[in-house]
Amino acid sequence: MAAPQPINVEDLNIYYGDFRAVADVDVQILPRSVTALIGPSGCGKSTFLRTLNRMHEVIPGAYAQGTVEINGEDIYDPRVDPVNVRRRVGMVFQKANPFPTMSIRDNVLAGVKLNNRRMAKSAQEELLERSLKGANLWNEVKDRLDKPGMGLSGGQQQRLCIARTIAVRPEVVLMDEPCSALDPISTLAIEDLIHELKQEYTIVIVTHNMQQASRVSDRTGFFNIAGTGEPGRLIEIDDTEQMFTNPGNTQTEDYISGRFG
Amino acid sequence: MSTTDTAPHPTRERSPSMRRSGRRVGDSVFGTLSIGAGVLIFVTLALVAIFLTSESMPAILASQELSGTADFSLIDYTLPLIFGTVLASALALAVAIPVSIGIALFISHYAPRRMAAGLGYLIDLLAAVPSVVYGLWGGIWLVPRLEPLYLFLNNTLGSWPVWPQFLPWVGGEPVIALFAGDPTAPMRNLASASVVLAVMVLPIITAVSREVFLQTPPLQEEAALALGATRWEVIRTVVLPFGRSGAVAASMLGLGRALGETMAVLMILAPGFTFSLHILEVGNHQSIAANIASRQAEASGVDMSLLVFTGLVLFVLTFIINAIARWIVSRSGVKS
Repeated sequence: MAAPQPINVEDLNIYYGDFRAVADVDVQILPRSVTALIGPSGCGKSTFLRTLNRMHEVIPGAYAQGTVEINGEDIYDPRVDPVNVRRRVGMVFQKANPFPTMSIRDNVLAGVKLNNRRMAKSAQEELLERSLKGANLWNEVKDRLDKPGMGLSGGQQQRLCIARTIAVRPEVVLMDEPCSALDPISTLAIEDLIHELKQEYTIVIVTHNMQQASRVSDRTGFFNIAGTGEPGRLIEIDDTEQMFTNPGNTQTEDYISGRFG
Repeated sequence: MSTTDTAPHPTRERSPSMRRSGRRVGDSVFGTLSIGAGVLIFVTLALVAIFLTSESMPAILASQELSGTADFSLIDYTLPLIFGTVLASALALAVAIPVSIGIALFISHYAPRRMAAGLGYLIDLLAAVPSVVYGLWGGIWLVPRLEPLYLFLNNTLGSWPVWPQFLPWVGGEPVIALFAGDPTAPMRNLASASVVLAVMVLPIITAVSREVFLQTPPLQEEAALALGATRWEVIRTVVLPFGRSGAVAASMLGLGRALGETMAVLMILAPGFTFSLHILEVGNHQSIAANIASRQAEASGVDMSLLVFTGLVLFVLTFIINAIARWIVSRSGVKS
């Protein structure tokens, strides 16, 4: 595999119809690291995250302008197929969403089967085991791979979704508040997992929880809005330690110290 | 508890008693009305069932007395009608279901929003057209235009074995072929009736399936999209599994309508009383509902009783179909 390149976002503006939700984002996201995005509700951090794999445009009327370069290729180039973007940039959602009609096995292999790859049975089994191990779920489910994915606990379901995401071998994994519906122990399991995943994947995580951002991320970006109806902006991005001890911007400092948000 | 000696509320010196104080007139009136309406539906259904059963008794009794001896037999009379009704409805569904699911998926997942809304209205409008109008349209406009298609099917697939003979009373042919036989114009055959029935049940199946498909949890669809699913793959992995039981129930509703449809069949089909599977041949089939409508004006005595008996059969048939549809819906409800 070639040396991983950073994700370069240049001059990105994101719209819902006429409304500009996020304005003028310029940022470089480092490969094989965890970047956390924090900020108050409605600041556009989730919206921004979804533009990184073009999931944003699934919402009617939503679109983005600017460039997002992944591996040197602008994913907003008109010749790019969003389906192919999403195969390279996976996503884990706020609420665990395993396919309800599928077994644990089928859930993990869903993406691979979608992408029309014919796979030998043995290769499938190997990928299944590797993905579940990669999501720290193998030991808990190896005896019931053919049981429905919905039968797992909330935290296990979320790890199943992570296994499903990494089974298609993306380069980037986006996480949209992946722990917000989980109890502290499940949250810890996911956070540990994020630490391991960054060896192989570039991870961008949106979180409401500043402690979580400080625990899991290498770099932290802070989004804020000037007021209702105003677009969200990326105020500052820096090494996580720097952001939480000595932020460069007073807005960041106010937010992190709990003065608002 | 007793020490919370705060200032009393300015507008209320003491709390009113919470004991029951008389009856609330509005509540009791409305309660009685709605219970009455609920009971009425049971009474109506029971009365219909009682009417059908009691009025068909003469035919049933006569049949028992005459069975085997006379040319009149209740079973002999009813079975071809059941056959015709079920065959016409099954063919109608076979045509309507794929088209309906296609339209429903188009509206829910392919069409631009404004177009989807317009198309939805159009479908609902189609459901509101009276069946007499469909009968006229089918008889005058559609039947002549289907003729070339029928002749083509008869020529190319006429000897095509759809399934081997398994019903001993179907006749002496070695193979049962749907498009075999000798179609003659005007094509007032079962196929034409089924096509018109298909057009009539299409709106119901489409409207219900569309609603079900639209209720697919967005989170599930996003899960598939985020894995790199194309639109068709999203439909295949998420929308169809989610909406399958709803689509089945929708089809059952359509079946219920097709079974009981009278005017369109009456106006199109040239009747006959056989068990023929040759759907292109004219004068082979008749449905229960159309048969009742065409004969009840002149019938009296045992003849009328006979018609009522076929009505009872239809009543039970649709009852069973609806029960199955409800069962499927409720079973799917438990799962989600």
